[in-house]
Amino acid sequence: MLYRETGQFKISYAADQSVFPIAQDRWFVSLIIVIAIFVIPVLASEYLLQAVMIPLLIFSLAAIGLNLLVGYAGQLSLGTGGFMAVGAYMTYKLTTAFPDINIIIVFLLAGLIAAFVGLIFGIPSLRIKGFYLAVATLASQFFLLWMFNKVAWFYNYNSSGTITAPPREMFGVVITGPMASAETRYLVTLFIVIIFAFIAKNLVRGRLGRSWMAVRDMDIAAEIIGIRPFQTKLIAFAVSSFYCGLAGAMMVFLWLGSAETEAFSINESFNVLFMIIIGGLGSILGSFLGATFIVGLPIFLTNAPQLVGLSMPIDMQKHIEIMMFGSLIIFFLIVEPHGLARLLQILKEKLRLWPFPY
Amino acid sequence: MLRNLILMLLGAVIGITGVVATTPVVEADEQFIPMLVYRTGPYAPSGIPVANGFRDYYTMINNRDGGINGVKITFEECETEYNTKLGVECYEKLKNKGSTGASLVNPFSTGITYQLIPKASVDEVPILSMGYGRTAAADGRVFKWVFNFPTTYWSQASAFIRYVAQQEGGEKNLKGKKIAHVYHNSAYGKEANPTLQALSKKYGYELVLLAVDHPGQEQKATWLQIRRAKPDWVFMSGWGVMNQVAIKEAASIRYPMDHFVGNWWSGSDADVVPAAAGAKGYKSATFHSPTSDYPVHSDIIKHVYGGDMSKAKKNSFGEVLYNRTIVNAMFAVEAIRTAQAKYGNRALTGAEVRWGLENLNITENRLKEMGMEGFTKPVKVSCSDHETGGPIIIQQWDGSKWNIVSDWVSPIREVVRPMVEKAAAAYATENGIKPRSC
Amino acid sequence: MEIISFLNLVFVNPLVEIFSYPIFFAEVVISGLLTGVMYSLVALGFVLIFKASGVFNFAQGAMVLFAALNLVGFIEQGFPIWLALLLTIIVMIILAFLIERFMLRHLINQEDIILFMATIGLTFLLQGFGETLWGSNVKPLDLGIPNQSFEVAGLLLNEFDLFAAGSGAILVGVLAVFFHYTRIGRALRAVADDHQAAMAVGIPLKTIWIIVWSVAGFVGLVAGIMWGAKSGVQFSLSLIALKALPVLILGGFTSVPGAIVGGLIIGVGEKIAEIYWRPLVGGAIENWFAYVLALAFLLFRPQGLFGERIIERV
Repeated sequence: MLYRETGQFKISYAADQSVFPIAQDRWFVSLIIVIAIFVIPVLASEYLLQAVMIPLLIFSLAAIGLNLLVGYAGQLSLGTGGFMAVGAYMTYKLTTAFPDINIIIVFLLAGLIAAFVGLIFGIPSLRIKGFYLAVATLASQFFLLWMFNKVAWFYNYNSSGTITAPPREMFGVVITGPMASAETRYLVTLFIVIIFAFIAKNLVRGRLGRSWMAVRDMDIAAEIIGIRPFQTKLIAFAVSSFYCGLAGAMMVFLWLGSAETEAFSINESFNVLFMIIIGGLGSILGSFLGATFIVGLPIFLTNAPQLVGLSMPIDMQKHIEIMMFGSLIIFFLIVEPHGLARLLQILKEKLRLWPFPY
Repeated sequence: MLRNLILMLLGAVIGITGVVATTPVVEADEQFIPMLVYRTGPYAPSGIPVANGFRDYYTMINNRDGGINGVKITFEECETEYNTKLGVECYEKLKNKGSTGASLVNPFSTGITYQLIPKASVDEVPILSMGYGRTAAADGRVFKWVFNFPTTYWSQASAFIRYVAQQEGGEKNLKGKKIAHVYHNSAYGKEANPTLQALSKKYGYELVLLAVDHPGQEQKATWLQIRRAKPDWVFMSGWGVMNQVAIKEAASIRYPMDHFVGNWWSGSDADVVPAAAGAKGYKSATFHSPTSDYPVHSDIIKHVYGGDMSKAKKNSFGEVLYNRTIVNAMFAVEAIRTAQAKYGNRALTGAEVRWGLENLNITENRLKEMGMEGFTKPVKVSCSDHETGGPIIIQQWDGSKWNIVSDWVSPIREVVRPMVEKAAAAYATENGIKPRSC
Repeated sequence: MEIISFLNLVFVNPLVEIFSYPIFFAEVVISGLLTGVMYSLVALGFVLIFKASGVFNFAQGAMVLFAALNLVGFIEQGFPIWLALLLTIIVMIILAFLIERFMLRHLINQEDIILFMATIGLTFLLQGFGETLWGSNVKPLDLGIPNQSFEVAGLLLNEFDLFAAGSGAILVGVLAVFFHYTRIGRALRAVADDHQAAMAVGIPLKTIWIIVWSVAGFVGLVAGIMWGAKSGVQFSLSLIALKALPVLILGGFTSVPGAIVGGLIIGVGEKIAEIYWRPLVGGAIENWFAYVLALAFLLFRPQGLFGERIIERV
């Protein structure tokens, strides 16, 4: 009864093709966005913004990027960390070389460079498939990190090879660097993520998204109906890397403040992959849910024993936390292999009928 | 279906409770010190003695003296796994705890230190990165909130060269010698490179740089190159499993171990254990004694472990890194004591502790009072010099324990200090910091 | 001029060096081969499981760590070495049983990537469990394997490396015999070829899986002993899985000989690249070079050197 679309008639094609054709969805998403913009910055503590909300949003963006590639175009990739590093290091290079360019524009430029790099590393995907491709993309992960570590030009020849976010302003407010408040950085992150989530949502509904899905389901069949697999796959790599690069840039400039290549290690690639699997392959909403789960769960597990007044040695607590994390992942995969997005869908169907069983 | 629904609700509850998870506990006038530790993960073998050392020294001060001039120390551990992201999260979680917030933070990780440096001045929490972190922070005019006394990577590298010169019979003999630097391919490992390069120009030795990628389990190629290049000395900036493998590989190519010198993070007990007898003769730099027969140690046994030596041993008592943390914890406590002399005997804020760090003056006499005479060297910090360029000492593994085998070797300050100032100035311009005048 | 010196660094200098110091080159190749065997040991575990159940088992690295931790733990408890080995093998069999019972059984017929992700979850579980049981300190592992270096015709060899390579070779031989000549081995191959057909002729799939995971656990134990003797048993052991992945794609996920040949190629290739082309790019290239080398092979044979041909029907 609660989630009922009966009676919602569409009288124009535009209305029928809108992003959220069902009113409840529209309200729900708007409500979340309103809460995110107006309520969270006011209520949340600095720790909550800095340790949970900002990484959550940034990883959501990376997860969307990877989801476009893995979930929609069907190309398994473990190079996410590398592409994020491209975004971060390029932003650093560009903004230190041209301090006057608006930092958001620099983010986008860095994203474009990441897209180009992704395009190059996507070339093997024409010949290699499945796990072979996944492991092959690790080449990009390791090579890119090595390059950013080795070539001193990328970090302006400082002695240690770390990049630091310099203070940059927009409309007179400092949005990067240590002086930027957590609220500002949160809001900037939020706006970028909302905009690019909508772009992604529209991409996958359009011609491009449909050709990705065709290639994913069977590339030979897709080729027969007139989709060029090579271009389609490469565009998927490029778009995905753009998102990842953007997320990497935001990670250093809006979240961490400074980073060395270790921040983009293979663990990040796995984490982002986890997010889209747990969240749901081929679902933009799922990317958000997965990021929430993977970012939130360890923080919850770390803080949970204190919450219930349990005190134990810190190493024991960490071991239990790691084990819980591992088992919960296995558990979720067993219970719902299609991810949280699928669970949400089931919930909607339940609500459609509620309170009646059928 | 119903099961799935319940599961999902459960997930939502987990998410919501996680959000409100941090409730600060307010203590009455107690000095709070956050402890970023790593008792798990790949670097745990080094992290465990470090964490135990901090805990034991603070506990000892509380039990023996009833705190610092009557102000109890409270501390809370937060697990970082030596991971910078977790380290920052821990810092954010702990920085406002206690009645006056965090007094100071000892990240014990170069990566985490780099992350915290920009935050320190904003949050007003001083960083004490003792012998690690960003070397340029030695310039107190730019890095007001960061301290890395008693000595830094660059000072250490220069002191190593001085030590080599002493062994070779004078600086003139360095000419034509070949020195290899085997380093962890990270911000930390690369720190010593500029110094070694600058000194190589000055003294005319040939420098061979050999990077080892994380984690460093497979170093055959590196050591084959050393076998071919036959360097007269090998200096190593290693960490974690890299140290153990390097020592083992060096032994297996029959490199003369007494010409193989690690930096102070490559000379702990865990590093030489797997190679056991093969590591005999291996040297490493340090800035404190590796032995545990000082009065401060008996105080710890007495006041922390109630005289139970075997229990103390189980908690890494007396290990090299444990001793190093005793020094670090002592610095922290003395800085607070110094600041109390100015601000009164109460719990101090980070800004007040910063003043204490900057005016810290630990004399030979003071060391004796604390039962640490000969354990480490005196330190006098100043506004412009946050490093003090303290000397290092070389210890050697004899197959079962570490022994001191050299005199104190001071760094080559006339080379290092200008480099520090240059690097600090570059950092200042890049980040729009106006250096204060001292 | 820049270009000429660059070309020199790429094509001329390394070759000049190789030919002017042939003995050193031989040493590089031999150490590459010996390292390669060590990689193969880890890769073998992956191949066994992938062959029999189509699971890309990322937890193999954690299994190496877990096995080694148990072994050292038992020895520290005062058990004699043979008993500790036996107990560890029993633990690994129990582990295989639990994995089948609580994980694989529920994931039958899921997509490959779901299974892959589940094994990453398993990695966390095993790492945490192993450390909870036995602590996080470095533990020396000394089984009395000789560790002296000696010189033969100017070549410096290490007894331990040779021992490790020998054990690796024996292990592969035993596995080959096991797969070809025993009843269980034949059943394993049948399962690898076609799950349904195997079940149809009465091969119990679940039992086979337990056996395969046990064997992989045993291979993990051997790898753990060899790597653990070098670095001590510690958390980092689980990271060697990353070293085995390029070996896997080079040799093919489904081929035991592929894992061996792949390991040797990667071992030798990365050593030569690291040592002779270091002046060009500046060292520490082993990590990515292995992947790029494997990638280069893949462009010609997308299923790896010895992998089964991928046949797709529309």
